[in-house]
Amino acid sequence: MSGFEVLQPGPLSLLQDAGRLGWQHLGVSPAGPLDMQAAAWANRLLGNPWGTPLLEVALGGLRLHSRVATWLAVCGAELAVEVDGVPQANWSRFAVRAGQQLQLGYARSGQRAYLAVVGGFHGRAQLGSVATQQRDGLGGLHGDGRALQAGDWLGCAAAHLPGVASVPWAYVPDYQARPLLRVITGGDALSFSEDQLQGFFAQPWHLSPQADRMGARLYGAALTVPAPARQWSQGVSSGAIQVPADGQPIILLADRQTMGGYPLLGWLHPLDLPRLAQCPAHQELRFTAVSLSDAQAELGEFYRFFRG
Amino acid sequence: MIRIEPAGAEALLLVLAEQPDAQLAVRIAVLAERIRQQLGPALVDLVPAWTSLLVHYDLLRISHPQLVQQLTPLLEAWLVEAPQFAPTPLLELPIWYAGEDLAAVAAACALSVSEVIGAHSGVEYRVGAIGFAPGFAYLSELDGRLVLPRRSTPRTHVPAGSLAIAERQTAIYPQASPGGWHLLGRCPWRLFDWQAAQPCRLALGERVRFVPIDRLTYLAEGGRL
Repeated sequence: MSGFEVLQPGPLSLLQDAGRLGWQHLGVSPAGPLDMQAAAWANRLLGNPWGTPLLEVALGGLRLHSRVATWLAVCGAELAVEVDGVPQANWSRFAVRAGQQLQLGYARSGQRAYLAVVGGFHGRAQLGSVATQQRDGLGGLHGDGRALQAGDWLGCAAAHLPGVASVPWAYVPDYQARPLLRVITGGDALSFSEDQLQGFFAQPWHLSPQADRMGARLYGAALTVPAPARQWSQGVSSGAIQVPADGQPIILLADRQTMGGYPLLGWLHPLDLPRLAQCPAHQELRFTAVSLSDAQAELGEFYRFFRG
Repeated sequence: MIRIEPAGAEALLLVLAEQPDAQLAVRIAVLAERIRQQLGPALVDLVPAWTSLLVHYDLLRISHPQLVQQLTPLLEAWLVEAPQFAPTPLLELPIWYAGEDLAAVAAACALSVSEVIGAHSGVEYRVGAIGFAPGFAYLSELDGRLVLPRRSTPRTHVPAGSLAIAERQTAIYPQASPGGWHLLGRCPWRLFDWQAAQPCRLALGERVRFVPIDRLTYLAEGGRL
C-alpha cells in the first residue's frame, strides 16, 4: 500500500470531496469543502477531476510521512509548506518521494488550507461520498465522520507529473484585504423593514468565535426580526442568511442542516462563501447586494472552468 | 396558489400551500417523484417539507428560467388534479415509554404518566417532513393535551432511538445528537442505516403508530440501555 502516515493531524483536518449530494431529502447534510475555490484549484493543479478527495486542513499544523512518490498541491490559507525542511510554494504543486516528511505550519492568514494528491486520497464512500460530516458520523477515512488522527493512513497511488505549476497570481485571493461579501437578497427580505434591510448592508458585522462548519454566526447591532411569515420549516441552501429572534445573522455553510425555520434575509454569493471560510473570529465583514442573474452568470463560469 | 421563489443561486423553492394537512405530505411526495423524473441529472437534491419543496439544481445543466418553464406545467397539473386517496402504508413502531421527561411532561400537562402514554400511542401520525438530521422524521399531529414548547435549555446529548415531543410534533432521534425536545421513550429499532438500500425507515406521507412495549421486549428487539 502506498500513501502517507499521519504523524500530526493538526487541530481539524478533514477528508472532503464535492459533498454528499442527493440525500438531502432524508436529512443528510451535503458537507464538502468550506472553500470550494481553493479546493478546486488544488485539484486542478494536479489534473484531478472536480471533487477528487483531498484534505481540508483548518489552521494548519499537519505533518505526514510519505511512503509514496507522487505530487501534491496546497491552496488556501497562507502557511509554511515544507518537504524535509525545504520550503514549497503555496497555490502550487510539488513532488514528494517515499521517506520524506511533509509539514504544513500554522496559518498566517486565512483559516483553511487544501492538500490534494494526484488521483485523490482513498476514503470509504458512504451514500456516494467520502466527505467528512462529524455531526452525522459519515465519511472520512474510516467512514465514521472522524477527523484525521495521528497514526491514520492516507492511501493514494504513486504518480508522476512533468513539472511544477502554480495558480496564476491574479487568481490568488488576498486574505488580508477586508472582505466585502455579496448577498442575493430574497427569502423573507421583503418582510424586514426597509431600514432594517439597509442597516444590514450599511453596518459592519463581525464573525463570531461561535462559528463552525455548520454555520457562521455574526455579531453586530441587532436587526429587528419580522414576525415569522413562515411557520413551517422548509428546505435551506448553503449561504442562506438566517436571522433568528436575537437579530444576529447566521450564514449556513457546508455542514448545514437540510431544513430550517428562521426568517431568511437572502443568500451569500456562492463564490464569496470561500472568502468567508478564510476569515478568523472577530473579522470585520461588510455586505453588498448582487443580483441573482449576475451571481448565476459568474458561478456558471466558475463551474465551466473547473467542472466542464 | 403556488409560489416559485429563488432560494439562492442554485435552488428554487416551491411554496405549495399555506398550511400543512393530512393529505398534503402524500401529495408533495407524489410531486417530488414527478420532478425527479422530469429533471433527471439536472436535479441535485430535492427537499420536501411541510408545505414546500426545495429544488437544488445544477446550474451547468439547466438555467433558472428553463427550470421554471419545465416545472410550471407539472405544478399546474398537480394543483388541479383530484387528490389520490390511495392507502398509504402504516408503520407500527415499538416504544418503551420510560423517557427522562415522561414524569415532567405528565406534570406539565396535568395528566398521569399512563394518560400521557395513552394519549401519545392512541393516535395515528403522518410523516410531514424529514430533516434536521439523517432520517429525523417530523410526525404530526400530537394530541392537543400533550402540546408543550421546546425545553428552554436543549440537551447536549440525546441517545439514539429517543422518542420525543415538542409543540404539535413528535419524532424519534435516529442518531445520538443534541436536542431540545421532551423525551418520552425509546424505540429499539434502527431507523437510519446508510448501508441499506432504503437508508431511511420512514417515508414522507407515511402513517405511523406507536405501540407501547416493556423493558424486556425493548431489549429483545435490540434496544440499548
